[in-house]
Amino acid sequence: MKPNVYLYIFVMAGVTYLIRMLPLTLIKKEIKNPYIKSFLYYVPYVTLSVMTFPAILFGTNSIWSGAAALAVAVALAYKGKSLFQVSLAACGIVFVLELFLC
Amino acid sequence: MENRLSQFKFGLKDGIPIGLGYLAVSFSFGIMARGAGLTVWEAVVMSLTNVTSAGQFAALGIIQAGAPFLEMAATQLIINLRYCLMSCSLSQKLSPDMPFFHRLLISYGVTDEIFGVSVCRLGYLSPFYSYGLIGVAVPGWALGTLLGAVSGSLLPERLLSALSVALYGMFIAIVVPPSKANRTLAGVVLVSMALSLVFHLLPALSGISSGFKIIILTVLIAGAAAWLFPVKEEVEHEA
Repeated sequence: MKPNVYLYIFVMAGVTYLIRMLPLTLIKKEIKNPYIKSFLYYVPYVTLSVMTFPAILFGTNSIWSGAAALAVAVALAYKGKSLFQVSLAACGIVFVLELFLC
Repeated sequence: MENRLSQFKFGLKDGIPIGLGYLAVSFSFGIMARGAGLTVWEAVVMSLTNVTSAGQFAALGIIQAGAPFLEMAATQLIINLRYCLMSCSLSQKLSPDMPFFHRLLISYGVTDEIFGVSVCRLGYLSPFYSYGLIGVAVPGWALGTLLGAVSGSLLPERLLSALSVALYGMFIAIVVPPSKANRTLAGVVLVSMALSLVFHLLPALSGISSGFKIIILTVLIAGAAAWLFPVKEEVEHEA
């Protein structure tokens, strides 16, 4: 018999929570080391970039609609539009393009 | 009091694209969870307690195989280790006097997206801003799971396809504006995307799980950038 699914969920939730919680509760002081500070400054930008590209090209039904979403999002973000506007415009261009592409 | 409420409202507003993106992603998770033999409630409880896309998708295969709990723990540790980096980074955005229980509560919501939005706020992060983000994002994640698990054919395929870029659009909106003002950062972003593409294309590297790929590239690129271009001025903590 397979183990209870809820036990699996409990194990994974515990591990995942500890990973998130320990640094936030243990690191209370401002880090002074310039190298670590710089590293932590770059972390989010690298992580988000790695997650976005090339994944944005393969999430949609067509690689071309994904590419269009990328172009539109970069253009609007460059103009300083809000998170919501950029996000919605990316979805919108995919929806419209796929009416023709797919 | 006033300030807390307005921070909470800012959080709710910024959480909308996150919630929408989550709805689409967790919808497909709900469908897959049912396919892997989970009940509707098991799928929803998993989403509510974990709030992690890659980790949950990987968990389905492990549960289906009836693998040991240790394997589940190890897999989650590797895939989700990036949250450790994010929490370290986020810890620098918290006021040193932030009470312990706020730290415990916002830890629950350290996801790629919530982190990405939170870390770009100016000044110290208000926990109430985080609660606002969590208040929209997590219900979106759980609701999508529920809808996907109950009925995989509720949303038309066309709409799912369009919603799948919501999160990426948001990431771009986070990354691009500061890159405009900072050429080093723009270079770091471009190198990150280029190497991510290389990982995707090279057969020897494309077998690496997405969580592990994120860790490797983040440590490598952010490490190199910090060494080559240390950040000179700290302007964020003035507020």
